[in-house]
Amino acid sequence: MNYLASIGSYAIMIKEVFRKPTKWRIMKSLILKEIDELIYGSLGILIFISFFIGGVVAIQTALNITSELIPKNLVGFATRQSIILEFAPTFCSIIMAGKVGSYITSSIGTMRVTEQIDALEVMGVNALNYLVFPKIIALLLYPFIIAISMYVGIFGGWVAGVFGGFSTSADFIEGVQLDFIPFHVTYAFLKTLVFAFVLATIPSYHGFYMKGGALEVGKAATTSFVWTSVVIIILNYILTQLLLG
Amino acid sequence: MIEVNDIHKSFGDTHILKGISTVLEKGKTNLIIGQSGSGKTVFIKCLLGLFTPDKGTISLDGKIYSQLSAREQRNLRQDMGMVFQGSALFDSMTVEGNVMFPLEMFTNQSRSEMQDRANIVLERVNLVDAHKKYPSEISGGMQKRVAIARAIVMNPKYLFCDEPNSGLDPRTAIIIDNLIQEITKEFDITTVINTHDMNSVMEIGEKIVFLKHGIKEWEGTKDEIFKTDNEAVTNFVYSSELFKKVRQMYIEERN
Repeated sequence: MNYLASIGSYAIMIKEVFRKPTKWRIMKSLILKEIDELIYGSLGILIFISFFIGGVVAIQTALNITSELIPKNLVGFATRQSIILEFAPTFCSIIMAGKVGSYITSSIGTMRVTEQIDALEVMGVNALNYLVFPKIIALLLYPFIIAISMYVGIFGGWVAGVFGGFSTSADFIEGVQLDFIPFHVTYAFLKTLVFAFVLATIPSYHGFYMKGGALEVGKAATTSFVWTSVVIIILNYILTQLLLG
Repeated sequence: MIEVNDIHKSFGDTHILKGISTVLEKGKTNLIIGQSGSGKTVFIKCLLGLFTPDKGTISLDGKIYSQLSAREQRNLRQDMGMVFQGSALFDSMTVEGNVMFPLEMFTNQSRSEMQDRANIVLERVNLVDAHKKYPSEISGGMQKRVAIARAIVMNPKYLFCDEPNSGLDPRTAIIIDNLIQEITKEFDITTVINTHDMNSVMEIGEKIVFLKHGIKEWEGTKDEIFKTDNEAVTNFVYSSELFKKVRQMYIEERN
């Protein structure tokens, strides 16, 4: 029953986020601040992880090719497919649930604990619109960093494959270009947009409705990470079934 | 003036407010006192409209809060200023940014007009030099003064203060009390202060409402509190030896 109540209050929260908008003059600066914090601030870690995961995918694929009958370009092909279909949109979103999600929960949760949210409400400000809406808009740019993650991941695979002696550059690039289906990129970006909404709203929900003190802020950040990851994994399955199944 | 008529508030099976009626007067500092758990915070949150009473009405200068539309309630909230127990300043903004925040949200003033207004209220609370500092860079007493400046920047009709002296040294606490009282007189506003601090009661208690277990046990002025025979009030107010002696001296002086 608690889960149902939480889903209900999450739905009410989403409705409230879009009601009584904050003045554009203020909202504009809030959105830019969130883009800096959530998108630009995550670029470094996602590039770093994508590069090395791309490399690991290429090495593991190459090491598992034992039959001479399997073409050498499979390394590039497998790296591209893994990165575009799953690693960049889903795995990166789980990482973002840890990085961005816990930041959102703890910052909003701290505002709750220190009565800053009460102060907004007493002034007649729609606190949910003020705090959550800019995050949703900022995370609409999330597909851009996922596009960079895709590029860097495949580049990491090429570096590991070629410089590690697992593949030639020509074979790898041939594999990357082989049987390319543009809809796979569309599918990845559609997933990313859905995950972006989840990344902005579930951590906000856990921060906004938390009760207690500093210890509870930490607990809320952990709970938010768990639930954001669970929802991303479930939605990943549903979207894959709907779009590719 | 705020008229409170028979308000009740429960959370689940816990009945917090059990029919409180009182009048909180304009141009006066109205103090709500009582032990922890007596319902003071719930009472003040009902006055602010953050909680809706289960029964009873709250009338602010004739406007019954629960009968107003959502838009009218929002407009009315712009006439309210609130000083929170922990100041509740926005960490990411400077002192000036905090004070200008309500102006940015609810007026169409230019930036220079907002800065001028912010400087006037910061000057009123003796904080002109701190306007570029962040809340973490100033003391607790200064934070309280910034919170007061933010609360009065929109020229409110009602000022609510939740434990404005908590965590402050006695001297700073008196400065804050006097500042709140001066502002109440100067702007002719209805001020409601939720406090445990007996120094505040003696210093600025023009009207005192004593709550016990969600019921209004007693109300009166700071002079009347010296004379009352109400056992619950005397047990609460004169629990320290110092205040017992103060009361004794007051009675002897009057006799």
